[in-house]
Amino acid sequence: MINRKWIPAGLILLVALPPLLPVLPDYWITLLNTIGLASLVVIGLVLLTGVGGMTSFGQAAFCGFGAYTTALLTTSLGLSPWLTLPIAILLTCAAAVVLGLLTVRLSGHFLPLGTLAWGISLYYLFGNLEFLGRHDGIPTVPPLSIGGWDFYDDRTVYYVIWSLTILAAVATLNLLDSRVGRSLRALKGGITAAESFGVNTRRAKLVTFVYAAFLAAVAGWAFAHVQRAVNPTPFGLGAGIDYLLMAVIGGVGHVWGAVLGAGAVILLKDQLQTLLPALFGHTGNYETIIFGVLLILLLQFARQGLWGLATRLPWGRLSFVGGLSPTGAPPPSSPSAASLSFPAPSSPTPAPLPALTKRHTPNPDAPLLEVDHVQKTFGGLMAVRDVAFTLAKGEIVALIGPNGAGKSTTFNLITGVLPPTAGAVRFQGRDITGANASEIAAMGMARSFQHVKLLPTMTVLENVMLGAHLRGKAGLARAILRRDRAEERSIRAEAMTQLDRCGLADLAQHQAGTLALGQSRVVEIARALCLDPALLLLDEPAAGLRHGEKQKLAALLTTLRAEGRSILLVEHDMDFVMNQVDRLVVMDFGAKIAEGTPDIIRDDPRVLEAYLGGIE
Amino acid sequence: MDSTIALFLAQDGITNGAIYALLGLSLVLVFTVTRVIFIPQGEFVAYGALTLVGLETGVVPGTAYLTLVLGIAAFCVDLVRSPDGRQPRVLITRAVSDLGLPLVLLGLSGVVAPANMGPWITVPLAVALVAPMGAYIYRLAFRPLAQATVLTLLIAAVGVHLVMLGLGLVFFGAEGYRATPFTDVSLSLGVIDLGGQSLWVLGVTAVLIVTLWYAFGHTLAGKALRATSINRLGATLVGIPTARSGLIAFILAATLGAISGVLIAPITTIFYDSGFLIGLKGFVAAIIGGLVSYPISAAAAILVGLVEAFASFEASSFKEVIVFTIIIPVLLWQSLRSGHVDEEEE
Repeated sequence: MINRKWIPAGLILLVALPPLLPVLPDYWITLLNTIGLASLVVIGLVLLTGVGGMTSFGQAAFCGFGAYTTALLTTSLGLSPWLTLPIAILLTCAAAVVLGLLTVRLSGHFLPLGTLAWGISLYYLFGNLEFLGRHDGIPTVPPLSIGGWDFYDDRTVYYVIWSLTILAAVATLNLLDSRVGRSLRALKGGITAAESFGVNTRRAKLVTFVYAAFLAAVAGWAFAHVQRAVNPTPFGLGAGIDYLLMAVIGGVGHVWGAVLGAGAVILLKDQLQTLLPALFGHTGNYETIIFGVLLILLLQFARQGLWGLATRLPWGRLSFVGGLSPTGAPPPSSPSAASLSFPAPSSPTPAPLPALTKRHTPNPDAPLLEVDHVQKTFGGLMAVRDVAFTLAKGEIVALIGPNGAGKSTTFNLITGVLPPTAGAVRFQGRDITGANASEIAAMGMARSFQHVKLLPTMTVLENVMLGAHLRGKAGLARAILRRDRAEERSIRAEAMTQLDRCGLADLAQHQAGTLALGQSRVVEIARALCLDPALLLLDEPAAGLRHGEKQKLAALLTTLRAEGRSILLVEHDMDFVMNQVDRLVVMDFGAKIAEGTPDIIRDDPRVLEAYLGGIE
Repeated sequence: MDSTIALFLAQDGITNGAIYALLGLSLVLVFTVTRVIFIPQGEFVAYGALTLVGLETGVVPGTAYLTLVLGIAAFCVDLVRSPDGRQPRVLITRAVSDLGLPLVLLGLSGVVAPANMGPWITVPLAVALVAPMGAYIYRLAFRPLAQATVLTLLIAAVGVHLVMLGLGLVFFGAEGYRATPFTDVSLSLGVIDLGGQSLWVLGVTAVLIVTLWYAFGHTLAGKALRATSINRLGATLVGIPTARSGLIAFILAATLGAISGVLIAPITTIFYDSGFLIGLKGFVAAIIGGLVSYPISAAAAILVGLVEAFASFEASSFKEVIVFTIIIPVLLWQSLRSGHVDEEEE
C-alpha cells in the first residue's frame, strides 16, 4: 500500500511534468492549457450545480467580464495584469451579486433562465460596444510577466494556469469540508431544513453563485493574457453551455470531476472535429450532436458522470479527495440493527478544544414560549384558529390531536417556516412573529421534522455537525485557508457528544441515507441538540421507533429536561406521551380543545370525543 | 420617427410578438406539465421553416428522415423498456404511430417536394413532418427522467438542443433561407399597408390561442393536462396518465413551434440556428408570466415583440441586449413579490 502522504506530491509532480517533455508537441500543451482554464470555470459550476443545486448558463459571460476588464485596463491604461486581477474579480463578483440577489429569492429555475438572458445580453454587448472593439475585440493584450520576464511560451503559461486550477480545486475542497461548506451542501436538502438550524439559505445561495463567478473571472483574466487577445465568441452562450456539459460529463458532485469533465470534453471535441468531417465527407458541427446524445444518455444511465464511474472502479476506492460526498466517506458497514444502544463514554479528548459559544437566556422570568392566539388560514381553510398556550423552562409539553388537527402547522408557525395570519409568538419574552426560521433558530429554538430531512449523501456526523452551524464563526476565507481547524474539531467533538448521548455514535461515519427511519429521527434530535437549544420541538420523534428505542428516547428526554431544556413534541403514541410529558395541549380541527396534565386529559370528554367520536 | 414608421414598427413588433406568444405558450405548457425547461423549443421553429423551404425548392428535407429515425428509435426503446407494451394491440398502435406515420410522411414529401405544389400542401406537410418529433423526443429523452429534478431535466433539454442544432446544420447547411409568402395580398389601411403574411400570423395565432383555451377548459384531455400541471401526484392518484399528459404537451409544443416556423419563414430569413434566439424570446415572455400564466405570457410576448421592433430601429446593434435585459426588472419584481421561500422540490 502506498503511503497516502505521497499521493498529492506525486500528483503535483505528474501535473508539472508535461511541459518538460520535449517529445510532447506544443499542440498538446495548448490543449492542456485550455483544459486547465476550463476546469477553473467548471469547478465553480460543480459547486453551484452539484453542491448548491442551482445552475448557470452564464459562466462564460462571467469569464468574459473578467477577460474584458483586464484587457481594457492593460491596453488602455497600461496597468500590470497582476494589478487588474483583483479589479477583474471585484467587478465580476459585483455583477454576480446583483444577478444573484435578483434570483436567489425565486425558485430554482429562475437562476438558469436569468443567467441565460445575462449570457446573451453580455455577448451582444461585448460585440457592439465601440470601446471594446465590437466583434473584433481587443487585440494586443500584454502577456503575463514577472520581473520583466514575459510568459509568451505555452509551456511557461502552463504552470500559471495549472497552479491556478489546482489552487482553486484545493480551495474548493477545503471550503466544502468546513462550516460554510456544510451549509452550502445543506441547500440540496431543502430550504426548510437548512433554515431550521440557522443557515441563511439566500445568503448561502448567493455565496455559492458569487464564488462560481469568482473562479470564472480568474479564468477569464488568465484567458485574456494567455490568448493575448479577447473577442466575444469564447464568452457566448455556446461556451456557457459547454461548461455545463463539462460539469455534467465529469460528474457534477465532484471537484476533480470538473477537471475530468473539462479534459474529456475538450479532448473529445478536438478529436471529433478532425475525425467526423473526414468520416462524413463535409464539415459540420457533428461533435455537437455526439455531445448532445452523450449528455442525454449520461443523465439516464450514469448521472454521477465520469468521476462517479471512475470511483466505482476498484482503484477508485483509493480515494484521495476526502470531504465531498460518497467517495470521501470510509466504506460503511451495514448499520447494526440494535444501534440505539448507549455505548460506553468515549475516550477523553487529548487536547483542550476551543469552547463553542454557549447561549444566554435574555429574560429568565418570562415564559419560555408564549403562543398568543395564533391563526393560520390557507385560502378558505382555517388550519389553525386562535390557538394559545405557554411553555415554561424545563417543561415537556405534548401537542396532540387527530390527523389534520393543525399540529404540524402550529409547529411551522412557531418555528417561522410559515408566518401566522393573526396572533403572535413570543420566545424568551421576545416577539418572534414573522421572523424567519434561521433567526428563530439563532435565538435557541431547534426542531426535528415529521418527514425526516437529513442529507442522504453526507455522513451522519456531518449531518449532526450542521446543527452546530450557528455556534461556529469561521467564514469563507478561514475555511479556504484552513484556519478553521480548531473550531472544526470543536464542532466535530460537540456533534460526536450529542450523537453519543443519543446512542448513535457508532453510526457517525455512515451515510445518512443508509439509516433506518427510526435512527434517522434520532439523528435529527442529535442535530437539533447541537444548536444548544433552550427549546426543542420534536415532530413525532417516536414514530418508527421500536419499543426498546422508545424507552431510550424517553430516557434522553428526561435527561434533557433535567438540563433545563424545554421540549414541545407532537406525538401519536399515547403511551409514550402520557408517561413522558408534564402537560398536554389537545387540538382538533385547528382549535385548542383542551389543556392540562395527562391525568386530566385522559378523562376529558372533549378529548375522548375528538379521538373516539361522539358518545351517545 | 414619424407615425408611419411607428405604425410599421408596431405591425412588425406585433407580428413577431404573436410568434413569441405561441412559443411562450408552449414553454409554459411543457414546463407546468413536465417540469422541463424546454430550451430546444426554438429548434422546432427553425425546423418548421427550413422544412417548408426544402419542400418548396424540391428537396426532401432531412427532417423527414429524422422523424423516421426518431420514430424507429422510440419504437425500439419502448420495446425494450416497457415489457407490458408487448401485447399485440399496443404493438400495432405503436407501429402505426412510430413507424407508419413517419414513413407515410416521408413518402408524401417524396411526392410533394419535386411537384412544386404551393403553400396549401407544403405548409401543412412541413408542420406534420416536425410535429411528431415532439412525441418521440419526449419518449426518448425526457420520459425516462420523469422523476428527476428540474435541474436534471434542464440539462437534458440542453442535450436535446445540442443534437437538434447539430442536425439542423447537417440538414439545412449554414445558409439562411426565406420561404415564399402564403399570399401576395396586402391590406391597405390608410397610411399603412398590412402585409398579407402578418395577417396570416395574427390570424393563425388568434385561432390557435382560442382553440387551446377551449381545449384546456372544455375537453377531458385538456382538463387532464391542467390537472397534471397543477398537481402531478394528485393527477396520478385520480387516474390521469401523467406520462400521456407529458406526451401531449410535447406534441403541442412541437406543433406550435413548427407552425411558428412556417408562419415567419416568409417574413424573416431563417438560418439553422435562428430558432434558438427566437425561442429564447419566447422564454422572456414565459418568464414574465412566471412560467405559469398563459395570458400574461401572451401579453408579455407582444410587449417583447414591440420592444424588439422599436429597439431595432432606435439602437439596432443593441436590439438583443435590450430585449434580454427586460427580464431583469421582471425578476426583481417577482423577487420582491415572493415572500417566504417555498420548499423546493428535490
